[in-house]
Amino acid sequence: MIEIRDLHKYFGTLHVLKGINLDVQKGEVLSVIGASGSGKSTLLYCINGLEPIQDGKVVVDETDVHAKGTDINKLRQKLGMVFQQWNSFPHLTALENVALAPRIVKGKSKADARDIAAQQLSHVGLGEKLDAYPGALSGGQQQRLAIARALAMEPEYMLFDEATSALDPELVGEVLETMRMLAEEGMTMICVTHEMGFARDVSDRVAFFHQGVMEEIGPPEQIFGNAQSEHTRKFLANVR
Amino acid sequence: MQPTVTFFSGFNINDLWFLGEAALRTMWISLLSISIGTVIGAIFGWILYEGKLAATLTVAPILDIFRSVPLIIQLVLFYNFAPIIGLNLDPFASGVVILTIYTASLVANVARGGIEAVGTPMRRAARSLGMTYWQDLRHVVLPIGGRAVFPAWVGVALGVMKDSALVSVLGYVELLKASQILITRTQEPFLILTLAGAFYFALSYPISRYAAALEKRWAQ
Repeated sequence: MIEIRDLHKYFGTLHVLKGINLDVQKGEVLSVIGASGSGKSTLLYCINGLEPIQDGKVVVDETDVHAKGTDINKLRQKLGMVFQQWNSFPHLTALENVALAPRIVKGKSKADARDIAAQQLSHVGLGEKLDAYPGALSGGQQQRLAIARALAMEPEYMLFDEATSALDPELVGEVLETMRMLAEEGMTMICVTHEMGFARDVSDRVAFFHQGVMEEIGPPEQIFGNAQSEHTRKFLANVR
Repeated sequence: MQPTVTFFSGFNINDLWFLGEAALRTMWISLLSISIGTVIGAIFGWILYEGKLAATLTVAPILDIFRSVPLIIQLVLFYNFAPIIGLNLDPFASGVVILTIYTASLVANVARGGIEAVGTPMRRAARSLGMTYWQDLRHVVLPIGGRAVFPAWVGVALGVMKDSALVSVLGYVELLKASQILITRTQEPFLILTLAGAFYFALSYPISRYAAALEKRWAQ
């Protein structure tokens, strides 16, 4: 379970997150929507400790992410993350990309790491591309590679930071399909997304962020059908 | 009447060996300086990247001095003043020390550029997988950044190899010094300098070819 309590985040003097309170249960799929600059991506970075926070706390399975004594590298193994820019390691083949972290972080043998990698790559539909370098893969394939790379660490939570925003329109579908599959498998997911169809169909809850505040959270039927907040309605009217 | 004393004698095959040996010395002093200088330079590059203000005030100006003062002046100053602080180094050792520092000062900026080339998003992706700072540096930044600045580094290495000719001013008999000795004896500067140039080329060319082949392999 992820518990976020009164989380405040500043970039310099810019107040990006203004007291966020949010619980994410095991097995839940939460979509986070909102305009650019509303703080939704920053929220993800605060959850896995890639960004320090200024106030409040984030607790993942009873471990305070930002506490001094926390082994953040160990905690991050639980929190897979997929980025807008897929960030595949260009000098490694698809298989090596996925096998690297299990080998050096988890200390798996080379053979075991390769097995895990091959398995995760076929899971996301890249079983034919094991020896391809990222440069030879399409954006959609690279993003699925990034998903496989995160999954190879056997995370308990997956954080998606606008995983489809940088893709050509015709490649968005295959990545969403993969995310949908993960959701069906019961993965706990927090998806920052602009894909309203995905948010509506796949999520258990949808959170709407507006200027650093979590304006509204509820089941997709509420957010998309009967939003309580004026800002939510306005935002949805504009994206549709 | 006494026969004329001959000071000069023509170029012979043994002189080619003499030049060859000198070329090996050029290779050796360059190899040592470039290897050690690259390691030290990479560390300085990392300090420049990470150190921000402190490094800008300390390491950066020192590196600037070594990059900006002509190598020949550094060599002569160091060779003549090191004994004052109790360092009695022979020309070879003095040459290695100065060429190493010179290499390091050039490589530092190349290395910093390499780290910058990797970019924050890539490094965050590595860290998000649970890699430690050092694992990220070793397995992500080094290979990716290293490849990005490899051509620049090859340029530095070849430059230092040719600049090692300046160690001749200290009396170390490397390729250029050997050529000067032969020119004095044979009075055939054109031939000798052409040969010396050919030796330098023979040292550099395989390196540039190998580097080009590596880059091509990485580019796939």
